[in-house]
Amino acid sequence: MILDIKLIEYLEELSRLKLSDEEKEKVKKDLSGILSYVDSLNELDTTDVEPMSHPFDFTNNFRKDEVKPSFDRELILKNAPKKKDGCFQVPKTVE
Amino acid sequence: MSWETVIGLEVHVELATKSKIFCSCTTEFGGAPNTHVCPVCSGLPGVLPTLNENVVEFAIKTGLATNCEITRFNKFDRKNYFYPDLPKAYQVSQLYLPICRNGHVDIEVNGNKKSIGIHEIHMEEDAGKLVHDPWEDSTLVDYNRCGVPLLEIVSEPDFRSAEEVIAYLEKLRETLIYLGVSDCKMQEGSMRADVNLSVRPTGAAEFGTRTEMKNINSFKAIGRAIAYEAKRQIEQIEMGKRVIQETRRWDENKDATYAMRSKENAQDYRYFPEPDLLPIEISEEWIERAKSEMPEPAWAKRERYVSEMGLSEYDAKVLTTERSLALLFEDTTALCGEPKEVCNLIIGELMRLITESQTAADKIYVDPGKMAEIIKLTVEGKINRNAEKEVFEALFKEDIDPVSYIEEKGLMMLEDDGLVESTVEEVIKNNPKSIEDYKGGKQKAFGFLVGQTMRALKGKANPQTVNKILKEKLDSL
Repeated sequence: MILDIKLIEYLEELSRLKLSDEEKEKVKKDLSGILSYVDSLNELDTTDVEPMSHPFDFTNNFRKDEVKPSFDRELILKNAPKKKDGCFQVPKTVE
Repeated sequence: MSWETVIGLEVHVELATKSKIFCSCTTEFGGAPNTHVCPVCSGLPGVLPTLNENVVEFAIKTGLATNCEITRFNKFDRKNYFYPDLPKAYQVSQLYLPICRNGHVDIEVNGNKKSIGIHEIHMEEDAGKLVHDPWEDSTLVDYNRCGVPLLEIVSEPDFRSAEEVIAYLEKLRETLIYLGVSDCKMQEGSMRADVNLSVRPTGAAEFGTRTEMKNINSFKAIGRAIAYEAKRQIEQIEMGKRVIQETRRWDENKDATYAMRSKENAQDYRYFPEPDLLPIEISEEWIERAKSEMPEPAWAKRERYVSEMGLSEYDAKVLTTERSLALLFEDTTALCGEPKEVCNLIIGELMRLITESQTAADKIYVDPGKMAEIIKLTVEGKINRNAEKEVFEALFKEDIDPVSYIEEKGLMMLEDDGLVESTVEEVIKNNPKSIEDYKGGKQKAFGFLVGQTMRALKGKANPQTVNKILKEKLDSL
């Protein structure tokens, strides 16, 4: 499967990446290779096979509705590149 | 040309669980920013979510109360998007197998009954709160709300007016509060409605292009937003323009909607099955148990209050506005057998006391046994109406024991007819002018003499006894 450059640019936008023209070509080649590889799965007939979302045969792994102490705020904010007033500070997104 | 408005609703309700959907942080509203947060709900790498059992329980009950089919085999899916209110850059939601489907909610507007279809109900997690920081022109992020469980209730496009929308939301709100599933406080954001609206020529079969309105946080605003948006779309079409499919924000202050500038040009959520959470299987037994635990809905209570207990529709409606009031009414009535008296005391006194003390109606405690005692004493004429109110107020405020309180304060009516008799004689002796008036046929004088007697007895005599004795004495003069 060969990807066109438009799709690469769409993925670029979705994944918030900025690629140079050179990089785009490289990604196009790599992704096409990956998709061609995965495409070989289509050779199998899966007509009556249930799609599998989990490799385990378990269901209903629940937690009781109990409150436990949260983390210390300083610890939660420790990795934040910027913080202010006990909040994570990020570039303006609110309209 | 006449136009028809077509509306569908997406209602989000925050569930009243104690802890979040995938971690043990509290769901309590407010709190200092980022103090109800742990590695799971702040999306740190390497953590694993574990589903809160009560979220499934509440979703099943909501589905049953809205006549839905319950999906037996459930999965969660990831909805991917970049926005700082979601630290993981995806929201755990349900796309392919929502927990409830094909239900309906029955409403009534101006005497017309209508059934609103429920397309589906799914479980998901709430996002954090973003606050604009004007000083540095940046955005501040608080993840306290992130991971609070939500149900998204998606209706069919069955509404044709704002009145129908409001009737549906009121019914939904009442149902969820009665189930104890959500407190549905629009002002705190625990109930939020997104309105999908389009217009079409009356009678047309095709739907018009719709817009989605967000940020509407009161029933009143919903009515105004619907009126505004329908008018705007009709004007667009009548001017020969097209309605653009977009998300619009309701501005409460300007009374208008405006298109949201979306920074994310590509709306592509790339849903896929959530690998970190195991599927959920809901058994027949689980559904049956949930059914058996569901309380009687408010509308059924109202019908019963009117047909079996003889209350007016108005009284029944007021009593069922809060489940706590309805339960107090039922428990007290069961103990004293006087529904009308119980109802009057709740609507007349208790609701005033609740307002005055600024307590939430679901937080009050009144002992039904003691309340029944007060009502019995009143009905039997042992205390008068004023004393009833006084004792009830003391019960509300301090949970007093009615009988000891009445004795202590001397509120009991006199049962000693001898004392009434001697007081009446005294009054007659002291008011010769009134006796003359009475004999001369002036009924007013009789009332005056009753009043004097009651006053001398500090209001504690049974008025009928006073009337009877006074009449006998006067007639024998």
